[in-house]
Amino acid sequence: MKFLRDTWLVFQRQMQLLLRNPVWVAVGIIQPMFYLLLFAPLMKQALSQGGPMTDEQAYRIFVPGMLVMVALFSAFSGFGIIAELRAGVIERNRVTPVSRVALLLGRSLRDVVQLLFQAVLVTLLAVPFGLRVAVGDALLAYLLIGLMTLLLSSTGYALGLTLRSEDAMAPMLNTVIQPIMLLAGIFLPLTFAPEWLKNVAKANPFKWATDGVRALFAGNPGDDAVWQALAILTPLTVVALIISSRTFAKSVR
Amino acid sequence: MIIETSGLRKSFRSRAGRETKTVEAVRGVDLSVAEGEIFGFLGPNGAGKTTTLRMLATLLEPDGGSAVIAGADLRKEPGEVRRRIGYVAQGGSTWDESTGREELVLHARMYGIGKADAQRRAAEALDTFELSEYADRRCKTYSGGQRRRVDIALGIIHSPKVVFLDEPTTGLDPQSRAHMWGEVRKLREMGMTVFLTTHYLDEADALCDRLAIMDHGQIVAEGTPADLKQEVLGDVVSVNAREVARAADLFGTAEYVRKVETTEQSLRLYVEDGASAIPHVLRTLDAEGVAIEGIELHRPSLDDVFLAKTGRSLRES
Repeated sequence: MKFLRDTWLVFQRQMQLLLRNPVWVAVGIIQPMFYLLLFAPLMKQALSQGGPMTDEQAYRIFVPGMLVMVALFSAFSGFGIIAELRAGVIERNRVTPVSRVALLLGRSLRDVVQLLFQAVLVTLLAVPFGLRVAVGDALLAYLLIGLMTLLLSSTGYALGLTLRSEDAMAPMLNTVIQPIMLLAGIFLPLTFAPEWLKNVAKANPFKWATDGVRALFAGNPGDDAVWQALAILTPLTVVALIISSRTFAKSVR
Repeated sequence: MIIETSGLRKSFRSRAGRETKTVEAVRGVDLSVAEGEIFGFLGPNGAGKTTTLRMLATLLEPDGGSAVIAGADLRKEPGEVRRRIGYVAQGGSTWDESTGREELVLHARMYGIGKADAQRRAAEALDTFELSEYADRRCKTYSGGQRRRVDIALGIIHSPKVVFLDEPTTGLDPQSRAHMWGEVRKLREMGMTVFLTTHYLDEADALCDRLAIMDHGQIVAEGTPADLKQEVLGDVVSVNAREVARAADLFGTAEYVRKVETTEQSLRLYVEDGASAIPHVLRTLDAEGVAIEGIELHRPSLDDVFLAKTGRSLRES
Protein backbone atom coordinates (compact mmCIF):
# COMPACT_ATOMS: atom_id res chain seq x y z
CA MET A 1 0.00 0.00 0.00
CA LYS A 2 1.77 3.09 -1.26
CA PHE A 3 -0.42 5.43 0.76
CA LEU A 4 0.32 3.71 4.06
CA ARG A 5 4.02 3.51 3.29
CA ASP A 6 4.11 7.20 2.39
CA THR A 7 2.21 8.17 5.53
CA TRP A 8 4.64 6.17 7.63
CA LEU A 9 7.54 7.85 5.85
CA VAL A 10 6.24 11.35 6.58
CA PHE A 11 5.26 10.41 10.13
CA GLN A 12 8.68 8.94 10.87
CA ARG A 13 10.46 12.03 9.64
CA GLN A 14 8.22 14.31 11.69
CA MET A 15 8.68 12.22 14.82
CA GLN A 16 12.43 12.22 14.34
CA LEU A 17 12.48 16.01 14.17
CA LEU A 18 10.13 16.26 17.15
CA LEU A 19 12.31 14.06 19.33
CA ARG A 20 15.41 15.91 18.26
CA ASN A 21 14.14 19.05 19.96
CA PRO A 22 12.47 17.93 23.18
CA VAL A 23 11.71 21.42 24.51
CA TRP A 24 8.05 20.68 23.88
CA VAL A 25 8.08 18.01 26.58
CA ALA A 26 9.05 20.57 29.18
CA VAL A 27 6.48 23.03 27.86
CA GLY A 28 3.91 20.26 27.80
CA ILE A 29 4.48 19.61 31.51
CA ILE A 30 4.88 23.16 32.73
CA GLN A 31 1.75 24.57 31.13
CA PRO A 32 -0.69 22.05 32.61
CA MET A 33 1.08 22.37 35.96
CA PHE A 34 0.25 26.06 36.00
CA TYR A 35 -3.40 25.25 35.54
CA LEU A 36 -3.40 22.43 38.06
CA LEU A 37 -1.65 24.48 40.71
CA LEU A 38 -2.89 27.99 40.11
CA PHE A 39 -6.35 27.58 38.64
CA ALA A 40 -7.84 24.29 39.83
CA PRO A 41 -8.12 25.33 43.53
CA LEU A 42 -9.89 28.50 42.47
CA MET A 43 -12.28 26.58 40.31
CA LYS A 44 -13.04 24.13 43.07
CA GLN A 45 -14.12 26.99 45.30
CA ALA A 46 -16.24 28.48 42.54
CA LEU A 47 -17.92 25.17 41.79
CA SER A 48 -18.56 24.59 45.49
CA GLN A 49 -21.11 27.41 45.41
CA GLY A 50 -23.55 24.85 44.02
CA GLY A 51 -22.84 22.50 46.94
CA PRO A 52 -19.78 21.07 48.70
CA MET A 53 -17.34 19.29 46.41
CA THR A 54 -14.43 16.92 46.93
CA ASP A 55 -11.06 17.32 45.20
CA GLU A 56 -11.81 14.24 43.16
CA GLN A 57 -15.05 15.69 41.86
CA ALA A 58 -13.41 18.99 41.03
CA TYR A 59 -10.56 17.38 39.09
CA ARG A 60 -13.00 15.14 37.21
CA ILE A 61 -14.56 18.30 35.83
CA PHE A 62 -11.37 20.28 35.45
CA VAL A 63 -8.93 17.80 33.87
CA PRO A 64 -11.17 16.89 30.91
CA GLY A 65 -11.57 20.61 30.20
CA MET A 66 -7.83 21.03 30.22
CA LEU A 67 -7.34 18.08 27.88
CA VAL A 68 -9.79 19.60 25.41
CA MET A 69 -8.00 22.92 25.69
CA VAL A 70 -4.65 21.36 24.89
CA ALA A 71 -6.24 19.56 21.94
CA LEU A 72 -7.66 22.85 20.66
CA PHE A 73 -4.17 24.29 20.60
CA SER A 74 -3.12 21.71 18.03
CA ALA A 75 -4.61 24.09 15.46
CA PHE A 76 -1.36 25.99 15.94
CA SER A 77 0.22 23.30 13.73
CA GLY A 78 -0.35 25.85 10.97
CA PHE A 79 2.65 27.84 12.12
CA GLY A 80 4.94 24.89 11.59
CA ILE A 81 3.69 24.34 8.07
CA ILE A 82 4.32 27.97 7.17
CA ALA A 83 7.94 27.52 8.22
CA GLU A 84 8.18 24.38 6.08
CA LEU A 85 6.58 26.21 3.20
CA ARG A 86 9.14 28.97 3.49
CA ALA A 87 12.04 26.53 3.64
CA GLY A 88 10.82 24.97 0.38
CA VAL A 89 10.20 21.59 1.99
CA ILE A 90 6.55 21.42 0.95
CA GLU A 91 7.37 22.18 -2.65
CA ARG A 92 10.13 19.60 -2.60
CA ASN A 93 7.60 17.06 -1.33
CA ARG A 94 5.04 18.04 -3.92
CA VAL A 95 7.37 17.47 -6.82
CA THR A 96 7.69 13.79 -5.86
CA PRO A 97 4.95 11.23 -6.51
CA VAL A 98 4.36 10.91 -2.74
CA SER A 99 0.70 10.68 -1.72
CA ARG A 100 -0.76 14.10 -0.91
CA VAL A 101 -2.96 12.63 1.81
CA ALA A 102 0.17 11.10 3.34
CA LEU A 103 1.86 14.52 3.45
CA LEU A 104 -0.99 15.72 5.64
CA LEU A 105 -1.73 12.57 7.61
CA GLY A 106 1.90 11.85 8.50
CA ARG A 107 2.14 15.30 10.03
CA SER A 108 -1.24 15.20 11.77
CA LEU A 109 -0.52 11.79 13.27
CA ARG A 110 2.69 13.21 14.70
CA ASP A 111 0.53 15.88 16.36
CA VAL A 112 -1.81 13.21 17.70
CA VAL A 113 1.05 11.23 19.22
CA GLN A 114 2.50 14.36 20.76
CA LEU A 115 -0.86 15.37 22.19
CA LEU A 116 -1.72 11.96 23.56
CA PHE A 117 1.63 11.91 25.30
CA GLN A 118 0.75 15.25 26.84
CA ALA A 119 -2.78 14.06 27.74
CA VAL A 120 -1.43 11.05 29.61
CA LEU A 121 1.02 13.30 31.37
CA VAL A 122 -1.69 15.73 32.45
CA THR A 123 -3.83 12.86 33.71
CA LEU A 124 -0.97 11.39 35.71
CA LEU A 125 -0.03 14.77 37.14
CA ALA A 126 -3.61 15.21 38.35
CA VAL A 127 -3.60 11.89 40.22
CA PRO A 128 -1.67 13.23 43.24
CA PHE A 129 -4.25 16.03 43.39
CA GLY A 130 -7.01 13.48 43.84
CA LEU A 131 -8.13 12.50 40.33
CA ARG A 132 -9.32 8.92 39.90
CA VAL A 133 -10.35 7.46 36.55
CA ALA A 134 -10.77 3.92 35.21
CA VAL A 135 -8.22 2.96 32.53
CA GLY A 136 -10.89 1.95 30.02
CA ASP A 137 -12.71 5.25 30.42
CA ALA A 138 -9.48 7.17 30.08
CA LEU A 139 -8.58 5.31 26.87
CA LEU A 140 -11.95 6.14 25.36
CA ALA A 141 -11.44 9.76 26.40
CA TYR A 142 -8.04 9.74 24.68
CA LEU A 143 -9.73 8.49 21.53
CA LEU A 144 -11.96 11.55 21.59
CA ILE A 145 -8.99 13.80 22.26
CA GLY A 146 -7.06 12.13 19.44
CA LEU A 147 -9.92 12.71 17.01
CA MET A 148 -10.10 16.33 18.05
CA THR A 149 -6.37 16.72 17.48
CA LEU A 150 -6.61 15.15 14.04
CA LEU A 151 -9.45 17.51 13.19
CA LEU A 152 -7.76 20.63 14.49
CA SER A 153 -4.22 20.01 13.36
CA SER A 154 -5.33 19.20 9.81
CA THR A 155 -7.45 22.35 9.82
CA GLY A 156 -4.40 24.24 11.07
CA TYR A 157 -2.32 22.87 8.17
CA ALA A 158 -4.95 23.85 5.64
CA LEU A 159 -5.10 27.35 7.12
CA GLY A 160 -1.32 27.70 7.16
CA LEU A 161 -0.99 26.57 3.55
CA THR A 162 -3.77 28.93 2.49
CA LEU A 163 -2.76 32.02 4.47
CA ARG A 164 1.00 31.45 4.09
CA SER A 165 1.91 34.05 6.68
CA GLU A 166 2.24 33.96 10.44
CA ASP A 167 0.96 37.51 10.58
CA ALA A 168 -2.35 36.49 9.06
CA MET A 169 -2.48 33.21 10.92
CA ALA A 170 -2.14 34.48 14.51
CA PRO A 171 -5.14 36.85 14.65
CA MET A 172 -7.20 34.36 12.65
CA LEU A 173 -6.58 31.52 15.12
CA ASN A 174 -7.10 33.71 18.16
CA THR A 175 -10.39 35.01 16.84
CA VAL A 176 -11.69 31.55 16.07
CA ILE A 177 -10.34 29.63 19.04
CA GLN A 178 -11.35 32.05 21.78
CA PRO A 179 -15.13 31.71 21.33
CA ILE A 180 -14.78 27.98 20.70
CA MET A 181 -12.94 27.64 24.01
CA LEU A 182 -15.40 29.75 25.95
CA LEU A 183 -18.41 28.03 24.42
CA ALA A 184 -17.03 24.57 25.11
CA GLY A 185 -17.31 25.07 28.88
CA ILE A 186 -13.67 24.19 29.27
CA PHE A 187 -13.05 26.06 32.49
CA LEU A 188 -16.52 26.17 34.00
CA PRO A 189 -19.17 23.68 32.93
CA LEU A 190 -21.98 25.26 30.96
CA THR A 191 -24.51 24.01 33.52
CA PHE A 192 -24.06 27.40 35.15
CA ALA A 193 -24.74 29.26 31.91
CA PRO A 194 -27.96 31.16 31.16
CA GLU A 195 -30.33 29.40 28.79
CA TRP A 196 -29.44 31.43 25.67
CA LEU A 197 -25.73 30.78 26.14
CA LYS A 198 -26.39 27.05 26.47
CA ASN A 199 -28.27 27.16 23.19
CA VAL A 200 -25.46 28.96 21.40
CA ALA A 201 -22.96 26.45 22.79
CA LYS A 202 -24.93 23.59 21.23
CA ALA A 203 -23.63 24.72 17.85
CA ASN A 204 -20.05 24.19 19.05
CA PRO A 205 -18.84 20.66 18.33
CA PHE A 206 -16.20 21.00 21.02
CA LYS A 207 -18.87 21.56 23.65
CA TRP A 208 -20.09 18.05 22.83
CA ALA A 209 -16.56 16.75 22.92
CA THR A 210 -15.95 18.32 26.33
CA ASP A 211 -19.18 16.82 27.66
CA GLY A 212 -18.15 13.42 26.31
CA VAL A 213 -14.70 13.52 27.89
CA ARG A 214 -16.23 14.71 31.19
CA ALA A 215 -18.74 11.86 31.19
CA LEU A 216 -15.88 9.40 30.71
CA PHE A 217 -13.81 10.92 33.49
CA ALA A 218 -16.91 10.78 35.71
CA GLY A 219 -17.00 7.03 35.06
CA ASN A 220 -20.12 6.98 32.84
CA PRO A 221 -19.03 5.50 29.49
CA GLY A 222 -22.68 4.72 28.77
CA ASP A 223 -23.66 8.38 28.95
CA ASP A 224 -25.29 9.81 25.80
CA ALA A 225 -22.61 12.51 25.69
CA VAL A 226 -19.98 9.91 24.77
CA TRP A 227 -21.56 8.56 21.61
CA GLN A 228 -22.77 12.03 20.68
CA ALA A 229 -19.21 13.34 20.84
CA LEU A 230 -17.99 10.48 18.65
CA ALA A 231 -20.82 10.94 16.18
CA ILE A 232 -20.07 14.64 15.85
CA LEU A 233 -16.28 14.50 15.76
CA THR A 234 -15.84 11.60 13.33
CA PRO A 235 -17.50 13.11 10.24
CA LEU A 236 -15.97 16.51 10.97
CA THR A 237 -12.53 14.96 11.13
CA VAL A 238 -13.03 13.14 7.84
CA VAL A 239 -14.15 16.35 6.13
CA ALA A 240 -11.19 18.28 7.56
CA LEU A 241 -8.77 15.61 6.35
CA ILE A 242 -10.21 15.70 2.85
CA ILE A 243 -10.16 19.48 2.56
CA SER A 244 -6.72 19.74 4.04
CA SER A 245 -5.11 17.09 1.86
CA ARG A 246 -6.51 18.99 -1.10
CA THR A 247 -4.60 22.07 -0.04
CA PHE A 248 -1.47 19.92 -0.03
CA ALA A 249 -2.23 18.80 -3.58
CA LYS A 250 -3.16 22.22 -4.86
CA SER A 251 -0.55 24.62 -6.09
CA VAL A 252 1.08 26.45 -3.23
CA ARG A 253 2.75 29.47 -4.60
CA MET B 1 12.88 15.48 -28.13
CA ILE B 2 12.73 14.93 -24.42
CA ILE B 3 10.63 18.00 -23.71
CA GLU B 4 8.08 19.30 -26.11
CA THR B 5 5.57 21.98 -25.24
CA SER B 6 2.92 23.64 -27.26
CA GLY B 7 0.99 26.77 -26.39
CA LEU B 8 1.57 26.59 -22.63
CA ARG B 9 -0.32 29.38 -20.92
CA LYS B 10 -0.82 30.58 -17.39
CA SER B 11 -2.38 33.69 -15.93
CA PHE B 12 -2.76 34.80 -12.35
CA ARG B 13 -5.35 36.99 -10.79
CA SER B 14 -3.92 39.52 -8.43
CA ARG B 15 -5.80 41.86 -6.20
CA ALA B 16 -4.73 45.43 -5.72
CA GLY B 17 -7.20 47.09 -3.39
CA ARG B 18 -10.65 46.49 -4.75
CA GLU B 19 -9.62 45.78 -8.30
CA THR B 20 -8.69 42.35 -9.52
CA LYS B 21 -6.19 42.25 -12.33
CA THR B 22 -5.35 39.32 -14.53
CA VAL B 23 -1.68 38.99 -15.22
CA GLU B 24 -0.75 36.80 -18.15
CA ALA B 25 2.45 35.30 -16.84
CA VAL B 26 3.03 32.85 -19.66
CA ARG B 27 1.44 33.49 -23.03
CA GLY B 28 1.84 30.48 -25.25
CA VAL B 29 5.23 28.83 -24.95
CA ASP B 30 6.33 26.37 -27.64
CA LEU B 31 9.68 24.77 -27.22
CA SER B 32 11.53 21.56 -27.69
CA VAL B 33 14.54 20.34 -25.79
CA ALA B 34 16.77 17.56 -27.05
CA GLU B 35 17.94 14.73 -24.85
CA GLY B 36 21.25 15.32 -23.11
CA GLU B 37 21.52 19.06 -23.62
CA ILE B 38 21.69 21.93 -21.19
CA PHE B 39 18.82 24.13 -22.17
CA GLY B 40 18.57 27.60 -20.71
CA PHE B 41 15.74 30.00 -20.22
CA LEU B 42 17.13 33.52 -20.24
CA GLY B 43 15.09 36.57 -19.36
CA PRO B 44 14.58 39.32 -16.84
CA ASN B 45 12.75 38.76 -13.55
CA GLY B 46 9.04 38.47 -14.14
CA ALA B 47 9.42 37.22 -17.71
CA GLY B 48 7.56 34.01 -16.89
CA LYS B 49 10.55 31.68 -16.69
CA THR B 50 9.82 30.30 -13.25
CA THR B 51 6.11 29.97 -13.97
CA THR B 52 6.89 27.91 -17.07
CA LEU B 53 9.32 25.78 -15.14
CA ARG B 54 6.81 25.20 -12.36
CA MET B 55 4.22 24.13 -14.87
CA LEU B 56 6.63 21.66 -16.44
CA ALA B 57 7.50 20.32 -12.98
CA THR B 58 3.77 19.65 -12.25
CA LEU B 59 3.70 22.23 -9.47
CA LEU B 60 1.35 24.54 -11.29
CA GLU B 61 -1.51 23.57 -13.52
CA PRO B 62 -1.39 25.24 -16.95
CA ASP B 63 -4.46 27.16 -18.13
CA GLY B 64 -3.91 25.90 -21.65
CA GLY B 65 -1.52 24.13 -23.96
CA SER B 66 0.19 20.80 -23.66
CA ALA B 67 3.57 19.30 -22.91
CA VAL B 68 5.22 15.93 -23.12
CA ILE B 69 8.18 15.39 -20.81
CA ALA B 70 10.35 12.29 -21.04
CA GLY B 71 7.50 10.56 -22.82
CA ALA B 72 4.80 11.37 -20.26
CA ASP B 73 1.94 13.76 -20.88
CA LEU B 74 2.05 16.62 -18.41
CA ARG B 75 -1.69 17.10 -18.11
CA LYS B 76 -2.87 13.50 -18.34
CA GLU B 77 -0.24 11.76 -16.24
CA PRO B 78 1.46 14.23 -13.89
CA GLY B 79 2.37 11.36 -11.55
CA GLU B 80 4.40 9.75 -14.30
CA VAL B 81 6.08 13.08 -15.11
CA ARG B 82 7.03 13.44 -11.43
CA ARG B 83 8.77 10.08 -11.47
CA ARG B 84 10.85 11.04 -14.49
CA ILE B 85 11.93 14.53 -13.57
CA GLY B 86 13.84 16.28 -10.82
CA TYR B 87 13.19 19.84 -9.77
CA VAL B 88 15.42 22.20 -7.85
CA ALA B 89 13.61 25.30 -6.66
CA GLN B 90 15.18 28.72 -6.51
CA GLY B 91 14.71 29.31 -2.80
CA GLY B 92 16.23 26.09 -1.53
CA SER B 93 14.54 23.03 -0.11
CA THR B 94 16.37 21.85 2.99
CA TRP B 95 15.13 21.87 6.56
CA ASP B 96 17.45 23.51 9.08
CA GLU B 97 17.20 20.79 11.70
CA SER B 98 17.78 17.85 9.35
CA THR B 99 21.13 16.64 8.14
CA GLY B 100 22.01 16.51 4.47
CA ARG B 101 22.06 12.73 4.53
CA GLU B 102 18.64 12.49 6.18
CA GLU B 103 17.17 14.83 3.61
CA LEU B 104 18.59 12.81 0.74
CA VAL B 105 17.44 9.45 2.10
CA LEU B 106 13.95 10.73 2.82
CA HIS B 107 13.65 12.35 -0.58
CA ALA B 108 14.75 9.18 -2.35
CA ARG B 109 12.22 7.20 -0.36
CA MET B 110 9.45 9.57 -1.41
CA TYR B 111 10.07 8.31 -4.92
CA GLY B 112 9.31 4.79 -3.71
CA ILE B 113 12.96 3.76 -3.44
CA GLY B 114 13.70 1.16 -0.75
CA LYS B 115 15.62 2.03 2.40
CA ALA B 116 18.93 0.35 1.59
CA ASP B 117 18.94 1.68 -1.97
CA ALA B 118 18.05 5.16 -0.73
CA GLN B 119 20.98 5.11 1.68
CA ARG B 120 23.34 3.96 -1.04
CA ARG B 121 22.12 6.68 -3.40
CA ALA B 122 22.44 9.32 -0.69
CA ALA B 123 26.04 8.31 -0.01
CA GLU B 124 26.80 8.40 -3.73
CA ALA B 125 25.22 11.82 -4.20
CA LEU B 126 27.05 13.20 -1.17
CA ASP B 127 30.26 11.97 -2.69
CA THR B 128 29.51 13.32 -6.17
CA PHE B 129 28.79 16.79 -4.84
CA GLU B 130 31.66 16.79 -2.33
CA LEU B 131 29.37 16.91 0.65
CA SER B 132 30.42 13.75 2.49
CA GLU B 133 32.32 15.79 5.05
CA TYR B 134 29.18 17.66 6.13
CA ALA B 135 26.68 14.86 5.50
CA ASP B 136 25.75 14.34 9.13
CA ARG B 137 25.67 17.96 10.18
CA ARG B 138 22.43 19.87 10.30
CA CYS B 139 21.59 21.89 7.22
CA LYS B 140 21.50 25.13 9.17
CA THR B 141 25.29 24.90 9.54
CA TYR B 142 25.87 24.74 5.76
CA SER B 143 27.19 27.57 3.63
CA GLY B 144 25.11 28.92 0.74
CA GLY B 145 27.09 26.92 -1.79
CA GLN B 146 26.88 23.70 0.24
CA ARG B 147 23.12 24.12 0.65
CA ARG B 148 22.75 24.65 -3.06
CA ARG B 149 24.68 21.47 -3.76
CA VAL B 150 22.39 19.54 -1.40
CA ASP B 151 19.43 21.00 -3.30
CA ILE B 152 20.86 19.73 -6.58
CA ALA B 153 21.66 16.34 -5.06
CA LEU B 154 18.04 16.15 -3.87
CA GLY B 155 16.84 16.95 -7.37
CA ILE B 156 18.69 14.04 -8.93
CA ILE B 157 18.59 11.43 -6.16
CA HIS B 158 16.13 9.26 -8.11
CA SER B 159 18.16 9.46 -11.38
CA PRO B 160 15.60 11.43 -13.36
CA LYS B 161 15.80 11.84 -17.12
CA VAL B 162 15.30 15.58 -16.93
CA VAL B 163 16.26 17.95 -14.17
CA PHE B 164 14.85 21.46 -13.85
CA LEU B 165 17.01 24.04 -12.11
CA ASP B 166 15.42 27.35 -11.24
CA GLU B 167 18.10 30.07 -11.08
CA PRO B 168 20.76 27.64 -9.84
CA THR B 169 23.39 30.27 -9.08
CA THR B 170 21.36 33.23 -7.86
CA GLY B 171 22.72 34.50 -4.57
CA LEU B 172 26.01 32.60 -4.77
CA ASP B 173 29.42 34.23 -4.56
CA PRO B 174 31.55 34.13 -7.74
CA GLN B 175 33.56 31.15 -6.62
CA SER B 176 30.54 29.02 -5.69
CA ARG B 177 28.97 30.09 -8.97
CA ALA B 178 31.86 28.76 -11.01
CA HIS B 179 31.74 25.59 -8.92
CA MET B 180 28.02 25.24 -9.61
CA TRP B 181 28.54 25.51 -13.36
CA GLY B 182 30.81 22.51 -13.02
CA GLU B 183 28.09 20.63 -11.15
CA VAL B 184 25.55 21.41 -13.84
CA ARG B 185 27.89 20.12 -16.53
CA LYS B 186 28.38 17.03 -14.41
CA LEU B 187 24.64 16.37 -14.61
CA ARG B 188 24.86 16.42 -18.38
CA GLU B 189 27.79 14.01 -18.25
CA MET B 190 25.66 11.72 -16.10
CA GLY B 191 23.26 11.57 -19.03
CA MET B 192 20.60 13.94 -17.79
CA THR B 193 18.91 16.67 -19.71
CA VAL B 194 19.19 19.95 -17.82
CA PHE B 195 16.62 22.70 -18.14
CA LEU B 196 17.59 25.81 -16.23
CA THR B 197 16.49 29.39 -15.90
CA THR B 198 18.84 32.28 -15.42
CA HIS B 199 18.99 36.01 -15.73
CA TYR B 200 22.76 36.04 -15.99
CA LEU B 201 24.05 36.61 -19.51
CA ASP B 202 27.44 35.05 -18.88
CA GLU B 203 25.84 31.99 -17.36
CA ALA B 204 23.52 31.44 -20.31
CA ASP B 205 26.45 31.95 -22.65
CA ALA B 206 28.95 29.72 -20.92
CA LEU B 207 26.73 26.95 -19.69
CA CYS B 208 23.88 26.37 -22.11
CA ASP B 209 24.02 24.30 -25.26
CA ARG B 210 20.87 25.98 -26.41
CA LEU B 211 18.67 28.65 -24.97
CA ALA B 212 15.42 30.46 -25.31
CA ILE B 213 15.11 34.13 -24.53
CA MET B 214 11.91 34.95 -22.75
CA ASP B 215 10.23 38.28 -22.27
CA HIS B 216 6.71 39.16 -21.13
CA GLY B 217 5.61 35.55 -21.06
CA GLN B 218 6.76 34.69 -24.55
CA ILE B 219 9.81 33.21 -26.20
CA VAL B 220 11.37 35.87 -28.39
CA ALA B 221 14.37 33.90 -29.67
CA GLU B 222 15.70 30.37 -29.53
CA GLY B 223 18.96 28.76 -30.58
CA THR B 224 22.54 28.09 -29.54
CA PRO B 225 24.20 31.11 -27.93
CA ALA B 226 26.52 31.44 -30.94
CA ASP B 227 23.70 31.25 -33.49
CA LEU B 228 21.59 33.75 -31.62
CA LYS B 229 24.42 36.24 -31.54
CA GLN B 230 25.32 35.71 -35.15
CA GLU B 231 21.74 35.91 -36.32
CA VAL B 232 21.36 39.29 -34.76
CA LEU B 233 24.37 41.16 -36.00
CA GLY B 234 27.40 38.97 -36.57
CA ASP B 235 30.82 40.06 -35.30
CA VAL B 236 32.36 43.48 -35.25
CA VAL B 237 35.97 44.11 -36.30
CA SER B 238 37.14 47.49 -35.15
CA VAL B 239 40.30 48.97 -36.58
CA ASN B 240 42.18 51.87 -35.06
CA ALA B 241 43.85 53.90 -37.79
CA ARG B 242 44.83 57.52 -38.46
CA GLU B 243 43.26 57.70 -41.86
CA VAL B 244 39.84 56.43 -40.90
CA ALA B 245 38.01 57.94 -43.84
CA ARG B 246 40.40 56.51 -46.42
CA ALA B 247 40.29 53.12 -44.75
CA ALA B 248 36.52 53.16 -44.72
CA ASP B 249 36.40 53.64 -48.48
CA LEU B 250 38.33 50.41 -48.94
CA PHE B 251 35.56 48.30 -47.49
CA GLY B 252 32.50 49.97 -49.01
CA THR B 253 32.16 47.28 -51.65
CA ALA B 254 33.71 44.29 -49.87
CA GLU B 255 31.37 41.30 -49.99
CA TYR B 256 32.04 39.99 -46.50
CA VAL B 257 31.32 43.32 -44.84
CA ARG B 258 27.67 43.99 -44.04
CA LYS B 259 28.02 47.50 -42.77
CA VAL B 260 30.77 50.06 -42.18
CA GLU B 261 30.71 52.62 -39.41
CA THR B 262 33.33 55.19 -38.58
CA THR B 263 34.15 57.09 -35.46
CA GLU B 264 36.96 59.60 -34.99
CA GLN B 265 39.74 57.11 -34.49
CA SER B 266 38.24 53.83 -35.47
CA LEU B 267 36.52 51.97 -38.17
CA ARG B 268 33.84 49.43 -37.31
CA LEU B 269 33.19 46.64 -39.74
CA TYR B 270 30.15 44.41 -39.22
CA VAL B 271 30.96 40.98 -40.55
CA GLU B 272 29.38 37.57 -40.37
CA ASP B 273 32.38 35.77 -38.96
CA GLY B 274 35.09 37.88 -37.42
CA ALA B 275 37.80 35.24 -37.31
CA SER B 276 37.78 34.69 -41.07
CA ALA B 277 37.32 38.38 -41.86
CA ILE B 278 40.38 39.66 -40.00
CA PRO B 279 43.00 38.31 -42.46
CA HIS B 280 41.07 39.90 -45.37
CA VAL B 281 40.85 43.19 -43.54
CA LEU B 282 44.56 43.20 -42.75
CA ARG B 283 45.54 42.26 -46.29
CA THR B 284 43.37 45.01 -47.78
CA LEU B 285 44.75 47.64 -45.44
CA ASP B 286 48.32 46.50 -46.02
CA ALA B 287 47.93 46.52 -49.79
CA GLU B 288 46.79 50.14 -49.70
CA GLY B 289 49.46 51.14 -47.20
CA VAL B 290 47.08 52.20 -44.45
CA ALA B 291 48.94 52.07 -41.16
CA ILE B 292 46.90 50.65 -38.28
CA GLU B 293 47.37 51.10 -34.57
CA GLY B 294 45.23 48.24 -33.43
CA ILE B 295 42.63 45.75 -34.48
CA GLU B 296 40.01 44.22 -32.27
CA LEU B 297 37.38 41.56 -32.67
CA HIS B 298 34.17 42.20 -30.80
CA ARG B 299 31.70 39.38 -30.56
CA PRO B 300 28.16 40.45 -29.75
CA SER B 301 26.90 39.50 -26.34
CA LEU B 302 23.58 37.92 -25.51
CA ASP B 303 22.60 41.31 -24.20
CA ASP B 304 22.92 42.63 -27.76
CA VAL B 305 20.58 39.81 -28.81
CA PHE B 306 18.12 40.68 -26.07
CA LEU B 307 18.30 44.32 -27.06
CA ALA B 308 17.66 43.49 -30.69
CA LYS B 309 14.68 41.28 -29.86
CA THR B 310 12.97 43.34 -27.18
CA GLY B 311 14.25 46.86 -27.61
CA ARG B 312 15.54 46.80 -24.03
CA SER B 313 18.77 45.79 -22.44
CA LEU B 314 18.60 42.86 -20.07
CA ARG B 315 20.92 44.70 -17.73
CA GLU B 316 18.42 47.50 -17.37
CA SER B 317 15.29 45.40 -16.98
